[in-house]
Amino acid sequence: MPLNNDTIQQILTQKFGEVLSDWQEPYGMLTFTAPKEMNLKVLQFLYDEPSLNFRFLTDLQAVHYPDKKGQELAVVYHLHNLVDNVRIRLKVFTDITKPDVFSATALYQSANFMERETYDFFGVNFTGHPNLIRILNVDEMDYFPMRKEFPLEDQTRVDKDDEMFGR
Amino acid sequence: MSRPVQYNTKLKMVEAPEAMMGDGFMATSFEKVVGLARKNSIWPLPFATSCCGIEFMATMASHYDLSRFGSERVGFSPRQCDLLMVMGTISKKMGPVLRQVYLQMAEPRWVLSVGACACSGGIFDTYSVLQGIDQIIPVDVYVPGCPPRPEAILDGFLKIQELVGQESLRRRNGDKYKELLASYGIQ
Amino acid sequence: MSEHILLPEGSIEKQTTTLNLGPTHPATHGVFQNILELDGERILKATSTVGYIHRAFEKLAERRPLYQITPITDRLNYCSSPINNMGWHITCEKLLDVKLPKRVDYLRIIIMELSRISDHLICNSIVGVDSGAYSGFLYLMQFRELIYEIYEEVCGSRLTTNIGRIGGFERNFTNTAFVKLEKFLATYPKQLKEFETLFNRNRIFMERTIGVGAITAERALNYGFTGPNLRAAGVDYDVRVHTPYSSYQDLEFTIPVGKTGDCYDRFLVRNQEMWQSLSLIEQAYKKVQEFKGAESEVFHADSPAYYLPEKKDVYSKMEALIYHFKIVMGETDIPAGELYSSVEGGNGELGFYLISDGGRTPYRLHFRRPCFIYYQAFPELVQGGMLSDAVITMSSLNLIAGELDA
Repeated sequence: MPLNNDTIQQILTQKFGEVLSDWQEPYGMLTFTAPKEMNLKVLQFLYDEPSLNFRFLTDLQAVHYPDKKGQELAVVYHLHNLVDNVRIRLKVFTDITKPDVFSATALYQSANFMERETYDFFGVNFTGHPNLIRILNVDEMDYFPMRKEFPLEDQTRVDKDDEMFGR
Repeated sequence: MSRPVQYNTKLKMVEAPEAMMGDGFMATSFEKVVGLARKNSIWPLPFATSCCGIEFMATMASHYDLSRFGSERVGFSPRQCDLLMVMGTISKKMGPVLRQVYLQMAEPRWVLSVGACACSGGIFDTYSVLQGIDQIIPVDVYVPGCPPRPEAILDGFLKIQELVGQESLRRRNGDKYKELLASYGIQ
Repeated sequence: MSEHILLPEGSIEKQTTTLNLGPTHPATHGVFQNILELDGERILKATSTVGYIHRAFEKLAERRPLYQITPITDRLNYCSSPINNMGWHITCEKLLDVKLPKRVDYLRIIIMELSRISDHLICNSIVGVDSGAYSGFLYLMQFRELIYEIYEEVCGSRLTTNIGRIGGFERNFTNTAFVKLEKFLATYPKQLKEFETLFNRNRIFMERTIGVGAITAERALNYGFTGPNLRAAGVDYDVRVHTPYSSYQDLEFTIPVGKTGDCYDRFLVRNQEMWQSLSLIEQAYKKVQEFKGAESEVFHADSPAYYLPEKKDVYSKMEALIYHFKIVMGETDIPAGELYSSVEGGNGELGFYLISDGGRTPYRLHFRRPCFIYYQAFPELVQGGMLSDAVITMSSLNLIAGELDA
């Protein structure tokens, strides 16, 4: 049975049922959402199941949706099956007041830096991560810069004329 | 039979300073001689962080040769170098490192800021990029460009040579210089 | 290999030294820091710190319309910036559903393979410099100058090229560009062969690099390696073959694969990839020359809504002027959607995850940077090795600071 989006969806709904929601295929890549408590179980199943064989974590990062109350931060995993050449995307939503998500470092070593970057930019707290500290910004920074409410520019700059350049 | 020299026949020599010449002696001002010696043997410290560093590598390579101007030996130890060439974006995390490297250099020292990011932050007007290294260390020559062509880097280097050649020997101990350093918080 | 002398616990010679291979180091690859714990010369533990050149690309991208993001992508892997530019344009073309004519695809292949050659050229010659051999670097940098001249003919700048537009190129390749390309194709193979004779069977180089920084294929996949480093470990994953883009499927090339994943294999894989890139450029150039007459003047897609019109049309035709105004002001309709697309960069799979909400600027743009992901393996690669091995491993991994977003 060739591995395409329908078969993947079938196998996943067989195992997990209705917990996985919001099945979409933007630009041909199968995308679905899992509740945040189940993210490791889904990733482990995608890794172990011989017919699925998603053993390469291509990307891990987050998106901030300030309008979706209760589900502001989305952690997005891109997985790749190198043998059959299929990619899928898994999304996990979490509340911004309690942004705890299980860390995938036990399964994929590549998630280490990527989760630190997501913590640095958005404040997602990955429980179980061996070393969750800031990676790209200065260590003393006390806010999470990629969230939508924070500005891009350096606020302490005095020599740039706002009327001419605008912010 | 020796082969005649084919290359380097149009060598440009440095001119001697104005002097009173005599039979076996030459009297000139000390500053001029010291300036002449210093400017043609600058030892640069390339502080290459990003893309301008690659243009610096092209400047050091054989096409646009920097060693023609006396900088055959680039050093990486601040204690031994005269010219700090800052090439590339300096972020706020890197600022203290740059300042420490500058403080470790011995007088006389000059700073060449290469590239738009080092001069003023460049295209990165963001929260994490230092908007110009002259916020933390005094700069002598700015070379704009993103990245500047190797010819532009050489032009900046020649301007530094001019500055070095004309510098008064008393400048580093004078009040004005001390004031300049104090404005950056350097003793 | 001499036996490591076992010292009694608690003796002063047993204490470890902490060495800061700091952000400014002579290996000039860029700014990242490694704090090494040494026992004599042997590395017991390494901790890496990145972030010394964090320029907030992703936040910057949320402020700029699509074509203004191209200069930012330049500065990711700045040794091969055309690949980044074209990867971004390919992502935008997927989002905006723009179809490209074949001639544009082949011209893109020529430029992308030239930049891959220039990236591998720098990496391999710097591996030589770090192991003490400076001449290889000087021999090969001349050809980087030739490649820069070809870029200048097409787009005007040398290093951070901002080449191309969404839908093609800004101007047709001039005759001078093709003449320079032919000169490159005629002279580079000889120099690459000379470089290989200097290094490949050189006893000193082999002893410095064989067995150093080795990684197995399973560990490499778990660490998220892609690109020449993964191929040196034995996995033949190449984005140009798995998800072909820009008509790579019309051309033939082989993927060089190593065995042990150590520094020597990485060096050889990069050399072989340069040969493959040369062959790809020759094939693409032949195909470009087959277009005759009106077809040979095609250098962009026919998509006026997204491709900035040519200046001569802007000054003479009304529709071109209107489109020019709309595109520059950012009033064109960008469809909403989310999209992940990747290209084979100099270091591996460079991915762009773009979420657009229909506005002028992307809602979220994330760069999947290969260097950042495989840098995590560095402590494991150098553990148990000597200090000088750490320097060679660093340079053979081709760590570019801009791509670490470090």
